[in-house]
Amino acid sequence: MAAIVLLVNGSEHRLELPPDLPLLYALREHLQMTGTKYGCGEGQCGACTVLLDGRPVRSCRTPVSQAAGKKITTIEGLAQGGKLNPVQQAFLEQEAFQCGYCTPGMIMSAVGLLNSNPRPSDEEVVRFMNGNMCRCGTYGRALDAIRQAAREWKAERS
Amino acid sequence: MKKEAIAPADLEVTQHETIERARYAFDLDRRQFFKLLGGGVLVCACAPSLAGQESGRARRWDHELPREISAWLHVGENGVVTVYTGKAEMGQNIRTSLAQQVAEELRVPVSAIKMVMGDTDLTPWDMGTFGSRTTPTMGPRLREVASTARDVLVTMAAERWHVDAGTLVAADGKVRDPKTRQSLTYGELTRGQQITKLLPEDPSLTPATEWRVAGTPVAKVEGQAFVTGEHKYAADMIRPGMMYGKVLRPTAFNATLASLDTTAAERVPGVKVVRDGNFIGAAGPDQDTAEQAIHAMRAQWKAPAQPSNRELFDYLRKNPDTSEEGFRHEVGSVRLNLPASAKTVSETYTLQYIAHAPLEPRAAMAEWNGDKLTVWTGSQRPFAVADQLAEELRIPRKQVRVIIPDTGSAYGGKHTGECAVEAARLAKAAGKTVRLVWTREEEFTWAYFRPAGVIDIKASVGEDGKVLAWEHDNYNSGPAAIATPYDIPNQRIEFHPVNSPLRQGSYRGLAAPANFFARESAMDELGDLAGVDQLAFRLMNTSDPRLRAVLQAAAGKFGWGKQKNTPQRGFGIAGGLEKGSYVATCAEVEIARPGAPVRITRVVEAFDCGAVVNPNGLRNQIEGAITQGIGGAMFEAIRFENGKILNPHFYEYRVPRFRDLPQIELVLVDRKDIPSAGAGETPNMGLAPAVANAIFAATGARLRSLPLLPQGSLPVKS
Repeated sequence: MAAIVLLVNGSEHRLELPPDLPLLYALREHLQMTGTKYGCGEGQCGACTVLLDGRPVRSCRTPVSQAAGKKITTIEGLAQGGKLNPVQQAFLEQEAFQCGYCTPGMIMSAVGLLNSNPRPSDEEVVRFMNGNMCRCGTYGRALDAIRQAAREWKAERS
Repeated sequence: MKKEAIAPADLEVTQHETIERARYAFDLDRRQFFKLLGGGVLVCACAPSLAGQESGRARRWDHELPREISAWLHVGENGVVTVYTGKAEMGQNIRTSLAQQVAEELRVPVSAIKMVMGDTDLTPWDMGTFGSRTTPTMGPRLREVASTARDVLVTMAAERWHVDAGTLVAADGKVRDPKTRQSLTYGELTRGQQITKLLPEDPSLTPATEWRVAGTPVAKVEGQAFVTGEHKYAADMIRPGMMYGKVLRPTAFNATLASLDTTAAERVPGVKVVRDGNFIGAAGPDQDTAEQAIHAMRAQWKAPAQPSNRELFDYLRKNPDTSEEGFRHEVGSVRLNLPASAKTVSETYTLQYIAHAPLEPRAAMAEWNGDKLTVWTGSQRPFAVADQLAEELRIPRKQVRVIIPDTGSAYGGKHTGECAVEAARLAKAAGKTVRLVWTREEEFTWAYFRPAGVIDIKASVGEDGKVLAWEHDNYNSGPAAIATPYDIPNQRIEFHPVNSPLRQGSYRGLAAPANFFARESAMDELGDLAGVDQLAFRLMNTSDPRLRAVLQAAAGKFGWGKQKNTPQRGFGIAGGLEKGSYVATCAEVEIARPGAPVRITRVVEAFDCGAVVNPNGLRNQIEGAITQGIGGAMFEAIRFENGKILNPHFYEYRVPRFRDLPQIELVLVDRKDIPSAGAGETPNMGLAPAVANAIFAATGARLRSLPLLPQGSLPVKS
């Protein structure tokens, strides 16, 4: 056990946790923030994606000790003052989901992409998003949603 | 090997979709109902035999609601419409499409409707959400209920105003008298009332040609909760003081426990270890601790020798299951003497087991309150799971409640309740609420699979391009869509049940994708032998106007025949029908050079499921079915050996990803004159044969096994 400080969506949380505990477990169990999903625990599906200092990481493969002190953004922290982030808005408008289980991770990856590359080509989107699985097969809509969000993207969000 | 946990009877129900009336366990009486709901108008849908026993305003409703009730709807004093159905939402978008149909008939906005779904204490008994049954059965039922409620409301207004009901108009949640221009909202009309009504024998329904809300692309109800992470799946449920579960799994299928030492596990602080027969598990204060306890257990298992992939197809031929009824269809005689000029194809097509791999693994939260058990779980069959809980925990069924939060997909893979049972057993031992979420490895290993199969087809075509004889023998995958839609005078079609070496069950479309693959591949081989264009060949062999229409629609949009096949680019077509829907798929594949990866670059699909209820939701389903279908067509396969799954992870079991996405174009054939059929399954059936046929068209290589290209490319000819 170690004293770990997690900065999640602008709030500071002091927790006693095993330093190698995956960030995903800390978020879902200890902070009860369940928007970030478990899909495989192997960094293969992307359902657990969160941003660390604006960059997408797989929280199931990120020990809390590595996340401590960094700015963590989860799906719960994207909307500002009740206004959806452009990526959330675009996913909603394009209905880029069916069961929605992959959606939080998909959106966090896309936000991470636009943070580093606000005008990605389709090829760049496909390459960047390839680690996010949607078993329902809504990739075409997700691509449309990211294109739409990119048009509305203003840099230095999240 | 046994089909444990899925009883053969369940498989039968699933595969043949017979409607079995189970006992109905609802025990709220009418008074309690209104206490729960507040006053208003309540309309129940039930079997036609009961319609005569209508319980009108004055009559008393007896102790129990009729057993055959399939849905009900309540219009409250606040104008809120609450619809109760035992169906479950798991991404197929029925929460929206059903609400739309109620809105249509009741003349209220979709936003005025609250759908209560998949809760065994609140919703009527339902066999389950599968088989593309929601749209053709629950849809019309709810439309009838809503239209009856509208009639009741209009009649109430007419009585109040002393006018003829026929002169009044219901619209936008109100009844209006166009003459006097007075109006009353449904809430105002129902205030202080407690009216129950069963469906009349022949309720009037708004024809699809007059739909204003149904038939339009209404946005997904509660869609915002999915983009904000607010929606709680079963895997997200939390209760104060809740514990986290973990189960000790055997090292192989059919293994028995030889020895077990849980001493170290029991020393892990805060952990409750459970051993009950074969079941060994632990509940801990968090997931990590529960996992530690399981890892601390010393268990030895004994497992029998079991088959592997290598001998799979031979095994399937040699291990008939005589306890299960097969299927046999015969017309004419396939033994007749064919003309000497006839050409014959005799080939075998095979399919590996594949996994549903829903992104939300099996998950359940179980809570005991005295002797009453409530379980939140992701499942397609809430009532079957409740029965399973009662049976396995040996408690009366009425003490069990199952609630299905909108689920992280299923695709036919969540018919059973093993995770719910495990969570309930742990919770009982721990004396606390327990949540159990299967790991990805557990999901890949201890769930069930889409059946593997062997299909033999022997067929002959005459000089004129007409198919003369057709023999189709399917071993293990199942009888769904086994009948040929082509006009063939002599047919023998059989399904042979097999003792599957792996646990198997329903998968999106059941055996239809398998039978489509074999049939449409063999048709392609016949068309090739006959020297006829593949579209023309199919059209000359079917008189079914809807099949012809989708084939022509897909081919038209695709530009069929406008480009020549080359070794770098091939075009394939396939079509058929299942569950009242018609599909035709054209695929284009690209092979940059010999030995390069085969890429599906373009798919055009035409689909006809009668009157379209929600064109955007339908497009989403079809696009998704095609995209998911790429996996089963190209590379998905469960590898197994001696009772173990060899690839139970996403880094070993490849599924379709962004880079696999082809250009997808759809033609929706909206037949407003034909009742709506389901669309969750049939759109996935044309892809595999269309792609196999396209690969043949480009390269001359006829691939007869699914997945077609587990390595991604064709071998280079030396």
